[in-house]
Amino acid sequence: MPASSPICPRFLEAPMSDKVPVTVLTGYLGAGKTTLLNRILSEPHGQKFAVIVNEFGEIGIDNDLVVGADEEVFEMNNGCICCTVRGDLIRVIDGLLRRKGRFDAILIETTGLADPAPVAQTFFVDDIVSAKTRLDAVVTVADAKWLSARLKDAPEAKNQIAFADVVLLNKTDLVSPDELAEVEARIRGLNPYATLHLTQRCAIPLDRVLGRGAFDLDRILTLEPGFLEAEEEHAHGEGCGCDHDHAHDHGEGCGCKNGQDHGQDHGHDQDHGHDHAHGEGCGCKHDHAHHHEHGKDCGCSERDEAGRIIHRHGGLKHIHDEEIDSVALELEAPLDPEKFFPWIQNLVAVDGPSILRSKGILSFKDDPDRFVFQGVHMILDGTHQRPWNDGERRTSRLVFIGRKLDRAKIESGFSACVAA
Amino acid sequence: MTANPGTPPTPSVADRVRHLTPGDTVTACGFLGETPVLVLAEGGILFASTDERRVAAHPGGVILCAACDGSRLLTGGDDGRVVETTADGTAREVFSGKAWIDTVALGPAGARAWSAGKTVHADTGKIEPGKGAPKTFAAPSTPGGLAFAPKGVRLAVSHYGGVTLWFPNAATKPDVLDWKGSHLPVTWSPDGRFVVTAMHEPQLHGWRVADGANMRMSGYPGRVRSMSWTATGNGLATGGATALIVWPFAAKDGPMGREPAIFAAGSSRIAAVACHPTTEIAAIGFEDGLILLIRLSDGAEILVRPPGAGPVSALAWAGKGAAKGAAKGAGNASTLLYGTEDGAAGILTL
Ligand SMILES: [Zn+2]
Ligand SMILES: [Zn+2]
Ligand SMILES: [Zn+2]
Ligand SMILES: [Zn+2]
Ligand SMILES: [Zn+2]
Repeated sequence: MPASSPICPRFLEAPMSDKVPVTVLTGYLGAGKTTLLNRILSEPHGQKFAVIVNEFGEIGIDNDLVVGADEEVFEMNNGCICCTVRGDLIRVIDGLLRRKGRFDAILIETTGLADPAPVAQTFFVDDIVSAKTRLDAVVTVADAKWLSARLKDAPEAKNQIAFADVVLLNKTDLVSPDELAEVEARIRGLNPYATLHLTQRCAIPLDRVLGRGAFDLDRILTLEPGFLEAEEEHAHGEGCGCDHDHAHDHGEGCGCKNGQDHGQDHGHDQDHGHDHAHGEGCGCKHDHAHHHEHGKDCGCSERDEAGRIIHRHGGLKHIHDEEIDSVALELEAPLDPEKFFPWIQNLVAVDGPSILRSKGILSFKDDPDRFVFQGVHMILDGTHQRPWNDGERRTSRLVFIGRKLDRAKIESGFSACVAA
Repeated sequence: MTANPGTPPTPSVADRVRHLTPGDTVTACGFLGETPVLVLAEGGILFASTDERRVAAHPGGVILCAACDGSRLLTGGDDGRVVETTADGTAREVFSGKAWIDTVALGPAGARAWSAGKTVHADTGKIEPGKGAPKTFAAPSTPGGLAFAPKGVRLAVSHYGGVTLWFPNAATKPDVLDWKGSHLPVTWSPDGRFVVTAMHEPQLHGWRVADGANMRMSGYPGRVRSMSWTATGNGLATGGATALIVWPFAAKDGPMGREPAIFAAGSSRIAAVACHPTTEIAAIGFEDGLILLIRLSDGAEILVRPPGAGPVSALAWAGKGAAKGAAKGAGNASTLLYGTEDGAAGILTL
């Protein structure tokens, strides 16, 4: 790694497996966070959790590993508004870690209004917390009935969706199929990289929520937007117990109208949309086979009555948000690290406040290793992950999710990082 | 600390250490009278004289913080309790509440303080039922550290945005020393002229108490968790780096514009520092378990303990209370007590 690298190799100090995994649960009040929390605490899944709840939370289980926290968000003294940490978490996690052997994992519940970034940044920035724990995933519980309204009036709700690794769209039984399709499309438009699950009363196998490794640099594979993903890790409906499929995300033509009976009576051999290769008759004008720069201006748009941009890719509708969008870029030519690191450092230093999350897999010239990184606002973390495999497509891919991202600027900056 | 060809091996006193078996993470240590005591994470206190004795100060709880002044050991736990343990092995509850006790401090003339959430409590240290209820002060955010001034009853409370200097026994308005950022452990210089915090960022911040002048001490690779004033009180020895960093405080404006003295680079960061109470020697414990003595006049090193058994988490000289306290007490000043995160401990008598 060049000396100019802004990326901190600190996470390499201890093997990931030795660190206590931390799951962050966000979501609006009443969306079902507490239901999920209580299930995680009461169901046998072989893991003992310590839980950090916000002081207003209500949790039905008396457990000496449940700790209240007061969400003290501190700005770091670099004078930047986006560089914030949760001071209380540093203290509480330090205290919990003294109860060695009494728990295997930590769950952090945030208040409905909380921005997930300070929580995530705490795990990147604090050397003591990051030496002993690792962020596993940000899980956002949303209420199908109220989310659309919250997305209009509450910026926090948008942040929580845009930041998530996993979204549980709960209470799907309380909305009509049309309403459900609408809210799913909104979620997908805000964050195509999150895994979306439709649930009722948070009924979902807990391994869909826990142990995701979404922040694990060794598993930074989820650069494929949800609507391009092929069938995920398991064959859905075949005893998987979920009441819907996550990988394919229903849409027109899937035959199952609102996920309610899903998993029982849809056949998984049918064309569900997940197997369609983009570009093959999907109706978009450009090549979709991989990471087309999809977005508001991608050209395959229609607009709804409200003027919002709507895409239907392979039957998977998503509605682009006016504010929060994602930018995905790919370059075949190897990069020059002497160009890339200064560029990304400057990009996050300048635009960090509007970049919620970033991830990348990079191919550097004359470097046999894949370099992977991820970031939250201005804070980046990266490492040489492993050698590129024989036959592996050696390209550099970047994803940004953020507010009012300047796609053209990011794209031209990235393109200029190609090695001479 | 392997001996390289051409350099003489570090002299060792490792064979003079009497090993203890606490069987638990050592959170802090100190001396009560002549007796070495180890504060254990899982709520116990080990009296480590030749006949070992254990006191369950926080049964079922975890000890989060401790302070020792040579005659009293004050501990706070996640059981919401503050307990004072004395040399005779008595553990008395001082306070009980719902929230974790995050910080404790001992001061002159028996004064005690502790914090739970944003509330700071201070009392005179006299245990008389129904008398002398603790005074309380609401800090602007949860305190990261407490420290009494060396004279008088004045408490420095570190928090987000600076330090508040509070007179628990007076109606005087507290003084505020501002500096942006999150301030964790706090210490007064032995002459009372300076207050220094270790911040959440890897740096220290100091103020001259008389006029609030700021001094920033940076350059650490990681957060500073341990600070100790040298015997003369003219230097502040700190961990956080792979070498011992000692900031000069003799001058009127402290370390302003001056370089720190740097000693003894190890292969991991320094986790604990304790300066000898009467001679210019510092004991330093590293994250890999290595413990060295450093003579501050010339940087000469003596090996106390080779690496192993986790980071050094507690260090104290007899006569100086706990590593994190600074008040003088009884005890034999040439005895060093240590403990590690993975439950090793020992006593070195020189
Ligand atoms: Zn920032
Ligand atoms: Zn399906
Ligand atoms: Zn398109
Ligand atoms: Zn689209
Ligand atoms: Zn398409």
